[in-house]
Amino acid sequence: MAKTLQISKLKAQVAGETILRGIDLTVHPNEMVVIMGPNGSGKSTLAKVLAGHPEYEVKGSVKLNNQELLELSPDERAQAGLFLAFQYPVEIPGVKVLNFLWTVYTQQHPDRKKRQYASIVDFRNYLFGLASQLSISEKLLDRGLNEGFSGGEKKRLEILQMAVIKPRFAILDETDSGLDIDAIKVIARGVEQISQETGMGTIIITHYQRILQYLHYDKVHVVINGRIIKSGGPELVEELEQRGYGKIRD
Amino acid sequence: MARFATKKTKSGNEFIKETYEHGYSFDTANYDFNSGKGLTERIIREISSLKKEPAWMLKARLQAYGEFLVRPNPLWGGDLSSIKFADLAYYLKPIKNQKKFWADVPKEVKETFERIGVPEAERKILAGVKAQYDSEVVYGSLKSTWEKQGVVFLSMDEGLAKYPDLVKEYFGTVIPYNDNKYAALNTSVWSGGSFVYVPPGVNVKMPLQTYFRINAESFGQFERTLIIVDEGASVHYIEGCTAPQFNSTSLHSAVVEVIVKKGATCQYTTVQNWYKNVYNLVTKRAHIGEEGSMIWTDFNMGSKLTMKYPGFILAGKGARGETLSMALAGEGQHQDTGSKAIHLAPHTSSTIIAKSISKGGGRTSYRGKVFISPNAHHSKNTVVCDALLLDDKSRSDTYPIDQVYNNQVEIQHEATVSKIGDDQLFYLMTRGISEENARKMIVNGFIADLVKKLPLEYAVEMNRLIDFEMEGSIG
Repeated sequence: MAKTLQISKLKAQVAGETILRGIDLTVHPNEMVVIMGPNGSGKSTLAKVLAGHPEYEVKGSVKLNNQELLELSPDERAQAGLFLAFQYPVEIPGVKVLNFLWTVYTQQHPDRKKRQYASIVDFRNYLFGLASQLSISEKLLDRGLNEGFSGGEKKRLEILQMAVIKPRFAILDETDSGLDIDAIKVIARGVEQISQETGMGTIIITHYQRILQYLHYDKVHVVINGRIIKSGGPELVEELEQRGYGKIRD
Repeated sequence: MARFATKKTKSGNEFIKETYEHGYSFDTANYDFNSGKGLTERIIREISSLKKEPAWMLKARLQAYGEFLVRPNPLWGGDLSSIKFADLAYYLKPIKNQKKFWADVPKEVKETFERIGVPEAERKILAGVKAQYDSEVVYGSLKSTWEKQGVVFLSMDEGLAKYPDLVKEYFGTVIPYNDNKYAALNTSVWSGGSFVYVPPGVNVKMPLQTYFRINAESFGQFERTLIIVDEGASVHYIEGCTAPQFNSTSLHSAVVEVIVKKGATCQYTTVQNWYKNVYNLVTKRAHIGEEGSMIWTDFNMGSKLTMKYPGFILAGKGARGETLSMALAGEGQHQDTGSKAIHLAPHTSSTIIAKSISKGGGRTSYRGKVFISPNAHHSKNTVVCDALLLDDKSRSDTYPIDQVYNNQVEIQHEATVSKIGDDQLFYLMTRGISEENARKMIVNGFIADLVKKLPLEYAVEMNRLIDFEMEGSIG
């Protein structure tokens, strides 16, 4: 199917250990899909494998707009329209957030004439606007990427990057973990806004239902032991909340 | 290391390219003087006589030559065993006299410095410029604003001729001829280099720069620089170094002495990008008076082996010294760099920040000495060494020595070694950045806080050089 993110029979192993045992999942534009599961179920592996982390041995197929992503390097996948918001964003000392995002932006829009923000000054103002919506201090934009950021600042910066990049499909890997309720609201609002404005399809990976209270999601898939064992609508979250992962299989 | 691209596999050789942009050279047949191979007392006497030097300088040269002959190579640092002193030429004078006008510089020399970008920099950003080609300074200028204020910017040879008393007063006082084997060698055969004098209270707002170029094969370049910054004055002196791509080794062995008087400031910046067959064995030291301040910004990217530890003697109360050192070692290179901080007076402070990058089997070493004398109470020293390894073949070591003879002082030492991790590369790549650009970004980020201490044009050039070094570094 065109314009979808189509994951078929996706398997992954690392150091001889199988983590994903065949995942099938299709995400449409504008759609928000939630993946839940206990620790060690393979949720984060799924995120990394989709983005192209090199340590996994991968089989199956992941197609974005009919293009096979598994043949591409992570940067090519990003250029194809995939974005990963990291569970643990990495610190890159000395690479200023503003300069970094300007590089990403200019690379995405190589034709100067077609750029909405012609100069780094315009871009900076745009970034300041986004930062204030996400309650990110402007000072952070002049610091190294994630360098010395708090956990919450790192997560909010992931959403800021997503807002700039405007991907076709985004995977949010436990973006809500370790955040207080105010930060979760800010992030949920940001994600909602970006998907409404751009038609982005979203995969939310989480093991709490807290963030889900603030999101309009369509489907829920429960991953246990590297497989989707149950799929449903928002009501499945209720069920999980009441019964726990242990009994959901039945 | 795991590979990021699964589809495209590049076959090796077609991507190997020469990454040194200053590799060309010109014929030396028409040189004004060529001392031939090897060093003898006769050659030293000849150099001194050609330069019409005062007797004391010849005496100093000969005394140093005696020291050079008996002094063994240092047993620490890098491997010096393949320097063949008998195979080197020690004095090559390309043209008869230094030129005051760019148009008078011989064509080949002019072309060399034009390719390095000297005339443009001279026009736009420099207060004065010198260009040294093999043994002699071939071109020099100083903007009239500074000349009128009494600033002196000459080749060391001219300085000795015009200001013999000043040179005699300071020559060899910060770095005596017997400081080490290569200081002795330099003292015996020195030629060229800069003589700078900044009168009291004069702030030279634009940098002075000397470009050092080795053109001849199997040659030793021994420039000698003396900078005197008088009370309350300030100056930023920059040197840049390049050499052609030859198979035989060359030697660059400079001595730089800086006198920073009461309340004066000197920044000395080096952008060293010799070709990878040059031994770069340089002694640099500053003597700093009361409330004076010295900053060494020392960037080493080229050479086969560099051994260089710019130092400062904090001699006056409240004197400050800072070394910001960056070294990049690729295949076949060893950068053994660092700094020396000698605290002799109370309330003195020093900061040494050393960052090194090793790739392709290259080796970097930080070697530093901090000495705090019994008089230097309430002094402070901070040393930060950060090493970045780009692969498993490369190496980095830290050799710090602290000698502290006063207990009312603050000493700090931090050292980190990090590798460009797959996680950092992966993170940047998921934002659409290619692996090569991600590496460049990480390396430039690593040295960003040092680079920003340079004037903007140099910072830009430094990032360009780093990018250039990183080209094709994947796999």
